Amino acid sequence: MEILESGIGKLIQPFDMDEFREWNRTEKTRKLVDKRMTEQEAISKFVYNGCYIGTELHGSVRCPMSLTRELIRQGHKDLRICGQGVLELDMWLAAGLVKALDITYIGLEVYGTSSSLRRAVESGQVETCVEWSNAAITWRMKATAMGIPFLPTRSMLGTDMIKHSAAKVVEDPFTGIKVALLPALILDVAMIHVQRADMYGNCQIDGISGFAMEIARACKRLIISAEEIVPTEEIRKYPDRTLIPYYLADAVVHAPYGSHPGETAYIYGRDEPAIKEWVEMSKTAEGAQEYLDKYVFGVKNHAEYLTLIGEERLRKCDELRERRE
Amino acid sequence: MTEQTYSKTELMICVAARLFEDGATCFIGTGIPMLAAMLASKTTAPNLVPVFEFGGTGAIMEELPLSVGEARTFHKGISALGICDTMETAQRGFIDYGFLGGAQIDPYGNLNSVVIGDHDKPKVRLPGSGGGNDVGCHCWQTIAIMGHDSRRFVPEVDFVTTPGYLSGPGAREEAGLPRGTGPIAVVSTLALMDYEPESLRMRLKALHPDVTVEDVVAATNFELIIPDEIGQNLAPSAEELRLLREEIDPTKFYI
Repeated sequence: MEILESGIGKLIQPFDMDEFREWNRTEKTRKLVDKRMTEQEAISKFVYNGCYIGTELHGSVRCPMSLTRELIRQGHKDLRICGQGVLELDMWLAAGLVKALDITYIGLEVYGTSSSLRRAVESGQVETCVEWSNAAITWRMKATAMGIPFLPTRSMLGTDMIKHSAAKVVEDPFTGIKVALLPALILDVAMIHVQRADMYGNCQIDGISGFAMEIARACKRLIISAEEIVPTEEIRKYPDRTLIPYYLADAVVHAPYGSHPGETAYIYGRDEPAIKEWVEMSKTAEGAQEYLDKYVFGVKNHAEYLTLIGEERLRKCDELRERRE
Repeated sequence: MTEQTYSKTELMICVAARLFEDGATCFIGTGIPMLAAMLASKTTAPNLVPVFEFGGTGAIMEELPLSVGEARTFHKGISALGICDTMETAQRGFIDYGFLGGAQIDPYGNLNSVVIGDHDKPKVRLPGSGGGNDVGCHCWQTIAIMGHDSRRFVPEVDFVTTPGYLSGPGAREEAGLPRGTGPIAVVSTLALMDYEPESLRMRLKALHPDVTVEDVVAATNFELIIPDEIGQNLAPSAEELRLLREEIDPTKFYI
């Protein structure tokens, strides 16, 4: 097939599907292993300088925030991020940990643009931004999940998105229409927050699954944080609810309120004052550092963070939870 | 009869809400589109099917969602799957309308939400496409909602994030975008615009109350097509304002 147009954006993580298959064969055991550990253990074991990392869902919704904060505490830097993010990526940017972005969206939603993203990119601290639409980045993960090097789409065609992505446009050999080929993406590390997991890493998610199915299958190492660790019998009783099978997970961290200040469907709602606090403070670099000093560096772990937030605030979040009615 | 006062934002939301077709599927993004969708579902489009990109479909919007992924986007919904399903659904032609925003819009309805200035050394780094590009590619008809000033309505956007009619007639087809898709309207803080069918350039359709053609032209940094007949948008009704202020956005996030 003739390449009609090639994006000039960098392929941040070159890949080889046979290497990925061999990795899955040898590094992702199918044995039942108790993978429970703390945030501290999981992050120090699997995250490293320069790794290619992504999170799911996004900062204000079912997001691995306790893992996010631990990563900042440990200071892993030069991160290459696959980025669909709100608070979590914002904090990594503010902490100066990010070098390159496969970016689809990093912003503060109703609160507007991210000052941290602006400072990090406009100063050149983030050296590379490669553009993708939301669908494109998810379908890149889907290609990996399928074990194939690319998936075609009609998204992005004709726009500057193609130009500044790493996609390639070809003519479909079957019908002749133009399609953009999205290269697979294989994360070094992915982090997902779920409602329930067992000790082996079988995970169930309530509410929307976002792109958990795809990202869990598009990474070499997967760290799960779960509101609740359940017995495996519970998984086996409802096997139709398992979205992530155990052999994909490398670590399982018990993290009640692990998504705070974001919400977790059916358990707790978002902590608006806490989100606003980040939004306001992160408008300046000094404010962002002050926030991180208080909520990240000033606490040893997630339990201390929750103590700092306080029971009363957490109860308020419980009250705001989504209910099935 | 006392006339209620209202803000430009409230007016913009009302004008946008009146465009929703009842029973249609509609991709809803963060911000003003959510308010317009809620108002529409409580007034002229009670059977609107909202689709939020992260998986919430058919929610009954009792409270304003503050995020495209939050629980209110699938509250009493018909399904809560994931982004692959919603985007594939759009790519397969099931989404009638998409509502979009952006930092800049040009005469062909192309939108920019990536950078102001050079991509690699930007003056301003914006959030990125998010689902915007996908909405502009796959939804049958898209409607942009944004503030109207000469920094936003520009002759050429700095970065074409979301496709309108690209460079004009034939361009979407040439690029390979799905046949029959494209922008149909822009709702701004001053007026309602559509696109002239032959040139596909933005055209003034109806003015907001107390706004003149001169006001709109002054706020538009390109040549807007001014037709012979220009409509008049109605001011928000008492009921629309009540819904907005008491039910939809009581804490005044937006209005």
